[in-house]
Amino acid sequence: MTVRLSVPQSAKRGDVIEIKTLISHQMESGFRRDAFGEVIPRDILKEFRCVYDGQTVFRAELFPAISANPFITFHTVATVSGELEFVWTDQNGVVTRETASIEVT
Amino acid sequence: MSMITPDRRGFVLGGAGALVVQLVPIPLRAEPEDLERAVRESFPGKTYQEGRVTLKIPVLSENGNSVPLDVEVDSPMTDEDHVTSIQIFSPENPLPNIAKFYLGPRAGRARVATRIRLADSQRVLALAEMNDGTLWAGYAKVIVTIAACIDLG
Amino acid sequence: MTLRAVIASLIGAGVLVFTITGVVAQSPTERAIDDADLKSGYDFQSEDTRALQDDDFANPGFLWVDKGAALFSEKAGKNDRACTTCHTDTVRSIKGAAARYPSVDEKTGQLINIEQRINLCRERHQQAEPLSYESEDLLAMTAYVAHQSRGQPFNAKTDGTAQSHFEAGRDYYYARKGQMNLACHHCHEWNWGQMLRGDRLSQGHGNGYPAYRFEWQTIGSLHRRLRNCDKGVRAEPLPFGAQEYVDLELYLAWRASRLTLETPSVRR
Repeated sequence: MTVRLSVPQSAKRGDVIEIKTLISHQMESGFRRDAFGEVIPRDILKEFRCVYDGQTVFRAELFPAISANPFITFHTVATVSGELEFVWTDQNGVVTRETASIEVT
Repeated sequence: MSMITPDRRGFVLGGAGALVVQLVPIPLRAEPEDLERAVRESFPGKTYQEGRVTLKIPVLSENGNSVPLDVEVDSPMTDEDHVTSIQIFSPENPLPNIAKFYLGPRAGRARVATRIRLADSQRVLALAEMNDGTLWAGYAKVIVTIAACIDLG
Repeated sequence: MTLRAVIASLIGAGVLVFTITGVVAQSPTERAIDDADLKSGYDFQSEDTRALQDDDFANPGFLWVDKGAALFSEKAGKNDRACTTCHTDTVRSIKGAAARYPSVDEKTGQLINIEQRINLCRERHQQAEPLSYESEDLLAMTAYVAHQSRGQPFNAKTDGTAQSHFEAGRDYYYARKGQMNLACHHCHEWNWGQMLRGDRLSQGHGNGYPAYRFEWQTIGSLHRRLRNCDKGVRAEPLPFGAQEYVDLELYLAWRASRLTLETPSVRR
């Protein structure tokens, strides 16, 4: 799984920062059929969350209507220097994690 | 450009002129009741009013596989007054739910962007629940066109 | 030469009908589309699609460029070498290399494209198994290599040892094929800018490939796109990596050579 994160390297305490995430995943909807007419089984990421400063600051439940290679932009308040953790969980509970650090002054 | 109806879609999916016969009917559209049921499941017993939610989707989308969506809720996002969730619903997709976003005062700003799949032209619904329990709605009407040269695998 | 195209009736079943008098396909030594009119596929996309291509973070093609960059410096094969063992920024740099492809391999005299060059390198220098066409890894590496030429115009050699391939590619381009009896130029030279159902016909340049297509919901090679074109005119598509397609790639590179490479591009 390839992940791309856009997190500011630094911010002032209290600033609202924009975070962008992109992950490679086909998000197979379960509504498509193959060349033989067989339904292609659903295979999607079900959940995304961002944990920062000990709290889940943003969480998303994803459905088959999320495009392949999910792109999500959200915001959070810069509170402390440290790591933001990004966690994607697929329908079988398989987890992809990535972190980014931020310096808050 | 005309709206593409589901009947024509089966035709168009055949590419430039091939006739595709779909032998097994599969439910490719959610009925509006499905949408209502999905909303009731998310927000039991609640009614919503239009306002505070700005849902932006381009009016014309050239492929339903990847449609940009941007939703913002008018809220100070303080401990006292904030959005707790934003949920996106489709009246025409095979499933009425598109996404559910959960946020709070730590978000600072109630704005989320993503890319979605739309099976057809439709009016997409965004609902935002506030910490005071009120529910607000915003809509975006989208026309989804389909390409002429389609890769049939 | 008389060329008369009476064009583009969209009839109910979605068939584009061309009525054509006169014959085409004398050896063009000049490009059929004036330089001033030359347009990338980018110019035929909606504003939102163009914006996504222009966004070097959100453009999903970069997932493959990133992956390709990682693979490029990963050791592979019996020789325990990575691509970066031979190719650095200063030694045998791959910057600008993709703009010179397809290119004749000196050892075999074959015209090869980037995908095939990557596999030749694996075979000769890494003693690694070739990657299969359209596999995630080959797409990623091709996207990475092509991206190193983004912004550069095509500059592939069409004379000397490449000339026969160039001519074969041109002949393929102008050959009618399939149940619709159409050649490439019927859409992409005579009718670009016209509507074909919901689509505006492009000039059919390959300068954005591998490209992320919404239709595919993934990145794909130029050969995948060429196979789609063949299927679109109801012709039997050739296998991935077919010599005819590589020759055609050279002709396409020549006819697009005032355009710059865009990999990874985003198309509908």
